[in-house]
Amino acid sequence: MKKLTILLILIASIVSTAHAQLFMTKNAFVNFYSKAALEDITADNNQAYSIIDGTKKNIAFSLLMKSFIFQKQLMQDHFNENYVESDKYPKAVFSGAYTGDVTFDKDGVYKIIVKGNLTLHNVTRVIELPATLEIKNGKVSGNAQFTIKPEDYNISIPSVVRDNIAKELTVTIKANYIAH
Amino acid sequence: MQIKKIICLIALSTGLQQLYAQDSTLLATLNDSMQTNAKPMYVTGTFKAIYIVNMQTVEVIPKGVLNFEIQHRFGEISGPTGGAYNFYGLDNATLRLGFDYGITDRFTVGVGRSSYLKTFDGYLKYKFLRQTDGNNKMPVTVTGVAYIATYTQHTIDDSFLTVPYRTSYSLQVLIARKFSRNLSLQLAPTYIHYNLTPTPQDKNDVFALGGGGRVKISKRMSIEAEYNYLFDGQIVSQPTHNSFSFGWGIETGGHVFQLVFSNSQSMSQTQYVGQSIHGVDQSTGNWGDGNIYFGFNLSRFFNVNKPKEKAPAKL
Repeated sequence: MKKLTILLILIASIVSTAHAQLFMTKNAFVNFYSKAALEDITADNNQAYSIIDGTKKNIAFSLLMKSFIFQKQLMQDHFNENYVESDKYPKAVFSGAYTGDVTFDKDGVYKIIVKGNLTLHNVTRVIELPATLEIKNGKVSGNAQFTIKPEDYNISIPSVVRDNIAKELTVTIKANYIAH
Repeated sequence: MQIKKIICLIALSTGLQQLYAQDSTLLATLNDSMQTNAKPMYVTGTFKAIYIVNMQTVEVIPKGVLNFEIQHRFGEISGPTGGAYNFYGLDNATLRLGFDYGITDRFTVGVGRSSYLKTFDGYLKYKFLRQTDGNNKMPVTVTGVAYIATYTQHTIDDSFLTVPYRTSYSLQVLIARKFSRNLSLQLAPTYIHYNLTPTPQDKNDVFALGGGGRVKISKRMSIEAEYNYLFDGQIVSQPTHNSFSFGWGIETGGHVFQLVFSNSQSMSQTQYVGQSIHGVDQSTGNWGDGNIYFGFNLSRFFNVNKPKEKAPAKL
C-alpha cells in the first residue's frame, strides 16, 4: 500500500510536470504598419500578453487596443474612437494551435505554422501564419509577421481618408517568453 | 490504512487539479493575468475640439501640434440689425482667427484676433487632472485657463481709454467628465476682472458659472450646448442676458466643423460672459428677441513638429 501511494504521488507529480511546459510573457511587442501613398502609419504595442503550452502545442495572445502608441496623438485618438472602437471592444485576442516540432529543452530555431481564431473589433476570423520559435538557454522567443485587412474585421474607413490607410496592414510580433 | 488512502486521494486530486488547470483555455489564463495587472487608462476624446461653442473645453492641443481655429458668426437673425433687409444676418459677419499650440501634451498656449471690437486675446491652458477609466481612479478631467483680452476699436473716448482700461482677464477651472462614449458634460466656474466698468456701480470682479456638454449622435457627429450663468447684482448698469449657444459638430479627419447658434456675437469670454464693455453695446442679446447669431467653428490640426519617420518593424 505504501509503495502504491508513493507510486501514485510520483505519477501525479510526473503528470503535472509533463503539463507544465508553459511559457508566458506580459510585454510582447506587436506592431502594425500601413503603407499608403499619402502617409505611412505605424503603431507599437509593448504590452501584449501571450502564452504557449508546449505540451498541447497551443498558443494564445491578448492585448489592449488602447495600448497601441502612434506617432501622432490625433491618429491614436481616431484609431481608438472611430476605427477599432476601443471603448466597446477593448481587446484583440488570438487563440490557436501550432504545428511543427519544438523541443523546448534544446536550443535552436524552430519553424512552426500557427492557426487559430483572431478576434478583433468583435469579429472572429480564422488566420494561419508561419512563425518561428527560438529556444536559447531555456528562453523562448517567438517571431511572426502577417497581414490583415481592416475591412475583414468590420472596420470601415471613410472615403475621405481611404487613400491614407492601406488596404492591408502588416502585423509584426516579437515575444520573449519565460517559463510560467 | 485510512490515512494512506487519504494521502493517495490528495495526491491524485492535486494531480487531477493540475490537469484540469491545463484544460481551461490559455486565453482565460491570459485574461486573468491582464485583469490583475490592469492599470487605469486615460479617457480620451471628452470633447472633439477645444471649444464647446464659445466656451473652452478641457481638451488641450497635443504636443507639437498647431491648431488653426476659425470662429465665424453672421449678424443677428432678427432684431434691429437682422431681419429680411439684412438677409437675416448674413450681410454681417464677426470673425475670430486663433492659433493654439501644444507645448506639451498638457500645456497649450493660444492667441486670437476677433473683429468684434477689434479684440486681441491670448491664453494659457493646462490640463491638471485626467479622467481614467476602470475603477474610477480619477472621475474627472480638470483644466485651468488664464485668459486676457484687449479691444482696440476706436471710440470717442480714445484719449481716455488707454490699453489697461480696455483690458480684461479671466480665470476658469474647467471640470469635465465623459460619462459614456456618447455623453460628456462640463462645468466651468469663471472669474472675470474688468479693469474698467461702465459705471462705478458695476463690479470689476465678476463671477459666473458655465456649463456645457456634448451628445454624440453618430460616430462623427455630435450636438453641443453651453450656458453661462452670470450671478445677479454684478452688472447693474445695463440689462444682461446669459450666453446660451448650441452647435452641431462634424468631424472629418483632421478637421472639426461645427454649425452654431448663439445669442452671443462676441467670441471672447470676457465679452460674452460679462457682456459689459465700457462705452459699447453688450455683446450678448436675447434669444426671445431674435438676437441669435448663426455661424460656424472650424478647426484644423497641423503637425508642426513632425515626428520622426519610423521604419516598419522588422523581424
